Amino acid sequence: MSEDVLFQLTNVRKSFVKGKEKIPIFDNLDMGIAQGDFVAIMGPSGSGKTTLLNMLGGVDQPSGGEIWFDGARIDALSESALTRWRAENIGFIFQFYNLMPMLNAQRNVELPLLLTKLSKIRRRKNVETALALVGLSDRAKHMPGEMSGGQQQRVAIARAIVSDPKLILCDEPTGDLDRGTADEILEMLQLLNRDHGKTIVMVTHDPAAAKYAKRTLHLDKGQFVQREVVA
Amino acid sequence: MGSLIAQIVSVTLMNLGSLRRRLWMSLAMVLASAVVVAILLAFLAMAKGFEETMRGAGSSQIAILMREGSSTELNSVVLQDQVNLIGASAGVAQDSSGPMISPELYVIVDGIKKSSGTEANIPLRGLNKAGMDMRTNMRLVEGRLFTPGTNEMVVGEGVLREFDGFEIGRTVRFGKNLWTVVGVFATGGNIFESELWADINIIQSHYNRGNSYQSIRVKLDNDGDLGPLQKTIEREPRLNLEVQTERGYFASQGKQLQYIAVFGWIISAIMALGALAGALNTMYTSVADRAREIATLRALGFSSVSAFCGTIAEALVLAVAGGLLGSFAAFGFFDGLNTSTLGGSFTQVVFSFEMSPELFLQGAILALVIGFVSGFFPAWRAARMPVIVAFRHGT
Repeated sequence: MSEDVLFQLTNVRKSFVKGKEKIPIFDNLDMGIAQGDFVAIMGPSGSGKTTLLNMLGGVDQPSGGEIWFDGARIDALSESALTRWRAENIGFIFQFYNLMPMLNAQRNVELPLLLTKLSKIRRRKNVETALALVGLSDRAKHMPGEMSGGQQQRVAIARAIVSDPKLILCDEPTGDLDRGTADEILEMLQLLNRDHGKTIVMVTHDPAAAKYAKRTLHLDKGQFVQREVVA
Repeated sequence: MGSLIAQIVSVTLMNLGSLRRRLWMSLAMVLASAVVVAILLAFLAMAKGFEETMRGAGSSQIAILMREGSSTELNSVVLQDQVNLIGASAGVAQDSSGPMISPELYVIVDGIKKSSGTEANIPLRGLNKAGMDMRTNMRLVEGRLFTPGTNEMVVGEGVLREFDGFEIGRTVRFGKNLWTVVGVFATGGNIFESELWADINIIQSHYNRGNSYQSIRVKLDNDGDLGPLQKTIEREPRLNLEVQTERGYFASQGKQLQYIAVFGWIISAIMALGALAGALNTMYTSVADRAREIATLRALGFSSVSAFCGTIAEALVLAVAGGLLGSFAAFGFFDGLNTSTLGGSFTQVVFSFEMSPELFLQGAILALVIGFVSGFFPAWRAARMPVIVAFRHGT
């Protein structure tokens, strides 16, 4: 495995059992993601892109094969070990933002830091930095319900980066936004990748969104059918 | 560990912060818990009040003697020669007029309860001056003591409060005899306040008791020391009596109403099952309502333990809030409430419901049990919530 490979999937198999029927999703899927990469994963519904994202995020486990992350195998970790691994390495950005509606922007962004040993002052500083990075310093005390969809997604991005994870996983991050706002969010992801070296994997239906990535992988029926380097 | 505690605190605060979304269901759980706790406390306060009323009447300085095998004064008979033998026994305190001994009669008369308008039994106790003197906590609230040799009587405050027609100056008919109420006495809220007192010789005469009595009270030389009297009883074959301290006698009478406490627990347990069904529904709804939040936190790296504890904490907070509400309601409605019930001698005992810290604690324990049981299974579901739920589309 090359030193700059962050993620390596080897012969990954995944299937679901529905009733008595076994439905295969992936059969011997191979994939590598380098440190600092920005990968868009596209494909029709049912192609397995969300399942792949879940496996990359340690939310779902493969039925077979190996998944290596930063030199460590993660597909055999227990659930509690995977939980700790996610806290240390992964930032999530969801389509519907998934902010806690009862917490203001600042408290939402602080959530991943509660899993660390940082002091309250340090946590506060990190939150301020993350909110400044997404341009929402003046909205720190606002509740999610008081913000637009784009602003909520920016809070979610701040939450994803505040603990400085190695990988950011985005599930249709602009699926709920208008074109203009979507472009702002995608530019922000691009900036995080380009200027801050964050590795990003983004699942999207939107070809325009995929253009912001360095390369796009097309999934169909559990296989990559085409590889395209965008930038 | 610190991180886990921070997670649990955060999740709990978030759960409580989201209660507004489930306001009515949460209030229903609070109210169900409140009703169960209030009902339990009402029963326990009744039992406690009765027990305290009985216990408060007893003194360890006074011994009470009744016929062997008699559990109450009503079914005991004591003869004059036995009174004389006990009066001469060692262990009995003396004053200037001789041994401090009070042979007493205890007969049942009828009264009309104010609350229901129905007849109920009231004890009419015949006693002499020594008997009055032995009840050191007795004080006249109004009027005067009865004059020996007359049909005068004094009434306890409880009788005056619960029964019609016992005001000072009123004439009361018991059987063929007319009695005049000349005074009202208090004895600190104990069982004696549920009695009528009159001259023992007059009662012996009106009720054809000859020279017989039903119990003997004596003041002991030494507090609680029944030894000399027991030796006298063992030595003298004519004394087929049992001796015990007055405190012990009334304490055992007070235990008779412990079934109320047991009944209260049974009723509350049955009601708690109903409350639990509602509470479980509330908590399962809570978990379903927070499914995406729980899954998102799990995706961010929050442990399943924090999801479990946060849900349990929410259930406990709701149930304990209900418990507090129920406790305060029970305190407001029942503490000090006067009532009467049938005592061990088939007579009405007037007593007050009595709340105590110990009862509040029992109410709190019941609320905690409701909270824990109703929270446990939903919390288990929350802990097992698939993280993948966070990625489901649609709100």
